[in-house]
Amino acid sequence: MDWILLLEQCLNGLQLGILLFLLAAGLTLVFGIMDFVNLAHGSLYMMGAYFAATFTAWTGSFLIGAAMALPTALLFGIAVEAIALRTLYSRDHLEQVLATFGLILFFNELVRVVWGPAGLDIALPAFLETSVEILPGVPYPTYRIAIIITGLVVAVGMAVLVNHTRVGMLIRAGASNREMVGALGINIQLLYTLVFGLGTVLAALAGLMAAPILTVQIGMGETILILAFVVIVIGGIGSIRGAFVAAILVGLIDTVGRAFLADFLRLFLTNQVAETAGPAMSSMLIYILMAAVLAIRPQGLFQPRGH
Amino acid sequence: MRISPSVAVAAGTIILLALVPPITNALQEPFYLGLFLRLMILAIAAISLNLILGFGNMVSFGHAAYLGIGAYVVGIGTFHAIENNIDWLANGFLHVPLAITASSLAALIIGAISIRTRGVYFIMITLAFGQMLYFVGVGLEVYGADDGLSLYTRSEFSGVIDINDNTQFYYLVLVILLATLYGVKRLVDSRFGLVIRGSRSNECRLASIGIPVYRYKLVAFVIAGAICGVAGVLLANRTDFVSPDMMHWTRSGDLIIMVVLGGIGTLFGPLYGAAAFLLIEEFLSGITEHWQIVFGPLLILIVIFARGGIAGTVRALDKFRE
Repeated sequence: MDWILLLEQCLNGLQLGILLFLLAAGLTLVFGIMDFVNLAHGSLYMMGAYFAATFTAWTGSFLIGAAMALPTALLFGIAVEAIALRTLYSRDHLEQVLATFGLILFFNELVRVVWGPAGLDIALPAFLETSVEILPGVPYPTYRIAIIITGLVVAVGMAVLVNHTRVGMLIRAGASNREMVGALGINIQLLYTLVFGLGTVLAALAGLMAAPILTVQIGMGETILILAFVVIVIGGIGSIRGAFVAAILVGLIDTVGRAFLADFLRLFLTNQVAETAGPAMSSMLIYILMAAVLAIRPQGLFQPRGH
Repeated sequence: MRISPSVAVAAGTIILLALVPPITNALQEPFYLGLFLRLMILAIAAISLNLILGFGNMVSFGHAAYLGIGAYVVGIGTFHAIENNIDWLANGFLHVPLAITASSLAALIIGAISIRTRGVYFIMITLAFGQMLYFVGVGLEVYGADDGLSLYTRSEFSGVIDINDNTQFYYLVLVILLATLYGVKRLVDSRFGLVIRGSRSNECRLASIGIPVYRYKLVAFVIAGAICGVAGVLLANRTDFVSPDMMHWTRSGDLIIMVVLGGIGTLFGPLYGAAAFLLIEEFLSGITEHWQIVFGPLLILIVIFARGGIAGTVRALDKFRE
């Protein structure tokens, strides 16, 4: 076993987990409070990445581009909510799924028309292009560390916002009982817009942070959206804490599994079988985890109070 | 005898489908024969989905997985038949039962876990399992991984029918489609179907009168998977090609669209839905390559305004005449 490689893969897994958390946090809040299944959440992630790529190309700086992309994504998300989604809140889940599926088709095609079918690349500023020695003689890319730190800061910020502010109190109250919050004279429509906007910004942040590592391309939101679904199913729908724990767990298992499962299988199987089965099996790991969690706790690991 | 509009539309659709091969052969338009062949195969898959989605309110977002399993049985079988010269592996009489076994087994495992949950959890879990099988397909490097597998030969039903001939294949699929419709009708009208339909309205009540709802729902889930596996065998033979893309979650989404478009929980709805879906796709993609930019918003409008789908509209005509 190569311990340095294991350490690196754990950090990569942590970084994937952070991105998943940013996506899952918005998704789980929107679902918990509005009872709304938004398949198009991945499209917001994709739009965040495309906005950042465009603004970076205009300004020549990734940081300014990113700073401009976030408010743009926020406006975009609020517009989508107001135009397309608002009428769907009272509908059943099947209709919400179908309508937001239609939104995905629309956004993917829109991106193809506006930005073209080829992917875009984002250049990082020089000081993020470097690497840091995490242990003597073990370099690790600075940018990936920056993602992990940013994500952790956002996670702490979310925890403070949800647990220690008035808005957070309303969000928690909304997740427990929407009707009661409305009956107490809170403008629930405003709360919905606020929560949806927050979810959009988090998704866009995840998208633009992932952009320099991956290629910015059509459909990038969908692969990670399904992982985010797995995360919130494991974590318990409506629970931010559950989303965080599950996101880190899924990120680590997926990344480390992909790196080491073939080697691990080699201990019991022939080389050739391990090489063939490894990739197919490692992509199944997180779904097996999900199945195991559901078999024991069908409502997920954490449940917000009041359910 | 008065014939109600919904009977007339159903009968008309079937007669029309039966007339497609002579018409396309006369016009020398084999493309449209292929299109209607695909339409009927996807209709079979949509009918199987409707059995659980429409009648049992189980919104499975991973139904394309069984389509893929059925297709891969044919793909892998014919691959080894040609590659390793094992003739019996190309036998269609083997493919069909094998596909049914494999897809029911997958549905049994996926269903056993998913049906424990409900509502949006059920949607997400079936979606995730569907994607899992998709990634398994992507990981199968021997069988072409991402790129998929071209069929060198179609399933052989020697002595009975030669499906290399598209007209013969077409009528085989039509017969299977009618058999599926008949089977689902009998199933839904039976005591078993009554429980499934009852679970849509109130599961607690069913449970309290002593019916093991979970087991009934699981059996329905497995039957739906098995029917869809057969559709997969047909689809692989129709396209002469198998790839993980058949199992992609957007394919499952397409199947749901067909069911909803046609009319949830109606017998003929999925058939109308599949027809409408493919014809809209064919029409729009003829106008612009970016047809989805129109289709996406269209879908949202259909969801918002056209509840009950095509079959629901036809049924409203029935009421109107009375």
